[in-house]
Amino acid sequence: MTTQTTRKYLRERFMPHIWCAGCGHGTVLNALIRAFEALGMSRNEIVMVSGIGCSSRITGYVDVHTLHTLHGRALAFATGVKLSKPELNVIVPMGDGDALAIGGNHFIHAARRNIALTALVMNNRIYGMTGGQYSPLSGYGISATTAPYTSIDPDFDVVALSMAAGATFVARTTTYHVNEMFDFFQKAILHEGFAVVEVLTQCPTYFGRKNKMGNAADMLTYYKENTVALGARSEKEHPHMIKRGIFIQEEKPEYCSQYDKVMERAQKGRP
Amino acid sequence: MGSIELIGVTDGILSNDAGKAMIMPTNVRFIQGNEACVEGALYAGLKFFAGYPITPSTEIAEHLAVQLPRRGGKFIQMEDEIASMCAIIGASLTGRKVLTATSGPGFSLMQEALGYAVMAEIPCVIVNVQRGGPSTGLPTHISQGDVNQARWGTHGDHAIIALTASNHQDVFAMTVEAFNMAETYRTPVVLLFDEVVGHMRERLVLPEPGQHPLVERLKTSVREGVDYHPYLPREDGRLPMSDFGGVHRYNVTGLYHDMWGFPSDNPKVVHGLIRHLVDKIEDHVGSIARYKTYFLEDASTVLVSYGATARSALHVVESQRRKGQKFGLFELQTLWPFPYEIVGEACGHAKQVVVVEMNMGHVYREVQKALGYADHVFLANRIDGVFITPTDIRQTLRLITGKGV
Amino acid sequence: MARARLKELCINRQWCKGCGICIAFCPKHVLELDASDKVIAVRTQDCTACAMCALRCPDMAITVEKEEKKSGKRDPL
Repeated sequence: MTTQTTRKYLRERFMPHIWCAGCGHGTVLNALIRAFEALGMSRNEIVMVSGIGCSSRITGYVDVHTLHTLHGRALAFATGVKLSKPELNVIVPMGDGDALAIGGNHFIHAARRNIALTALVMNNRIYGMTGGQYSPLSGYGISATTAPYTSIDPDFDVVALSMAAGATFVARTTTYHVNEMFDFFQKAILHEGFAVVEVLTQCPTYFGRKNKMGNAADMLTYYKENTVALGARSEKEHPHMIKRGIFIQEEKPEYCSQYDKVMERAQKGRP
Repeated sequence: MGSIELIGVTDGILSNDAGKAMIMPTNVRFIQGNEACVEGALYAGLKFFAGYPITPSTEIAEHLAVQLPRRGGKFIQMEDEIASMCAIIGASLTGRKVLTATSGPGFSLMQEALGYAVMAEIPCVIVNVQRGGPSTGLPTHISQGDVNQARWGTHGDHAIIALTASNHQDVFAMTVEAFNMAETYRTPVVLLFDEVVGHMRERLVLPEPGQHPLVERLKTSVREGVDYHPYLPREDGRLPMSDFGGVHRYNVTGLYHDMWGFPSDNPKVVHGLIRHLVDKIEDHVGSIARYKTYFLEDASTVLVSYGATARSALHVVESQRRKGQKFGLFELQTLWPFPYEIVGEACGHAKQVVVVEMNMGHVYREVQKALGYADHVFLANRIDGVFITPTDIRQTLRLITGKGV
Repeated sequence: MARARLKELCINRQWCKGCGICIAFCPKHVLELDASDKVIAVRTQDCTACAMCALRCPDMAITVEKEEKKSGKRDPL
């Protein structure tokens, strides 16, 4: 038996990838393509739609139908793909600024519709591609090139925001917890509705360096020591730790199947 | 919503004011210009619409919300115009003919994704029913102030196709043409209508199926397992497509890209792509040009106009002709790429050329260019949201001929 | 129960960027960086084939091949 990242879904000619040494985004890619393999997905049935930023480059490395779009707009493009051809599996990897600053409105509306897209928020709390500016997920007291005296902006809680907006599958994990990430990705892909997986992913180059978090391994250690699994005994002992797990997983009418009903009604007669 | 259906003459019977039934041919409609656009889009094979309500284009969305699900098509009201434009691009990649409709403020929001569609060569049609601008401007009043925005609204060098029409039969025809050109040239096409044409009701005779030729998506004949190049033009310049979900997996990006669709900043690739994006349209100005001419053969005064404004211009031309004056009208239907040569030839012998439009001279400047900046080109415009009348045009004519108001 | 043992550990030196994540979290300290800042396996005899290095590797540069060793009696035919 071999444990390696499957090459089947990888566009190997573009490797090694463009991300920095120790960037967590590579680990997300690693888990994602293993999830595709574990689910036995055909490459022709998957569309990956990304926006702009470090995170969005993930689509280039996956041998499926890939749509590298505009900053913040991935979910809007993906909504068009999915509603037009609901039989496709549409995966939407996004960065934190991409998903929740410039793309925040698209994010909450995609969640509200409960359209079956798999939204991955690769949260490294920084704009990496442009060189280390603070994002709406950086949080208070963070150093960034645009917050030289530290950030005074509070951050969003991606999980709470997604649930409030109507997402029917919401999970959070980290790049340290790779088996959990692999598991959540599969569950999110299988979910019939809008699924969000927030992955805390390290940016040693900008976030780590600016905030004296050490190297990539040190940042993973931080995830290990400062997060707690939902339902774990230690959860109550450490109420301030970041919670990991599946926060909601429920069946609600999915948008494309609801639209099928609209078509049925329309074809029966006048509105 | 209920009022929409009242106009449909699907059963061939309408009742008049007295409640007495009148028999009308089933292919004749008395409808708004926005509905004529909807009819044209459905005739062309529209299968996906995404939009956001905005005056004076909203009727397009309302009618398609009724019609598309009946015909197995998809309609979605998005959270804004940015998302609408993005959604139709996504849907186009799955192989559908797609449309969005908006007006000035929404058209401004769409510019980013419009540029994406140019760069990634995605067939799509965008209707802008123009109203007064800038900003929120005059939502319920006419303007033609977005002509240059259609050309230059998105950043970076590029070519664009923009069509317009002055009456409902032409709105229908130009809408069909817009879909045909979008497929032929793998490009977004802008339909620049205006509030008067959009909201005015007049007769539309629905063409029979097959009467207007339709261009369908050119699909690749490359078989599964054989290398498919989504961005390698054929000898005739066209690029066959492969639907998302099909057997060819490729990349689509707004970055400069190679023939597989993967990002590249190789100067040769960048130069080749921008030349291709411009040339594929600018080299076909003649085939893309749509226009109408009235009494041009011996005209010494030529009015150049387009959209609703051309109706007033035509009225002036016809009434001047009745008085024995040699007036003619050149009605533009293709605004971009601007048919400089055709306009230059049509107006070459005129003593005076008067551009009639409802803006500060968008087309006026192009006509000047076409005529080598001659000093006999004038602008007759109105920019106060009130539709330009034949009287307004005559007033300008009196001024430029030295007769005073 | 089968207990996994390492058969082979491959490192793709073209893909490895030497970030050190695999080294930091290897429970048996099997891995090290070499002079050119690429990962090498120096104590393969200690490897338990847990493969967490392969799963965490952001560069997808590590392959762990396991040997399944059966415990208990062979199944009768």
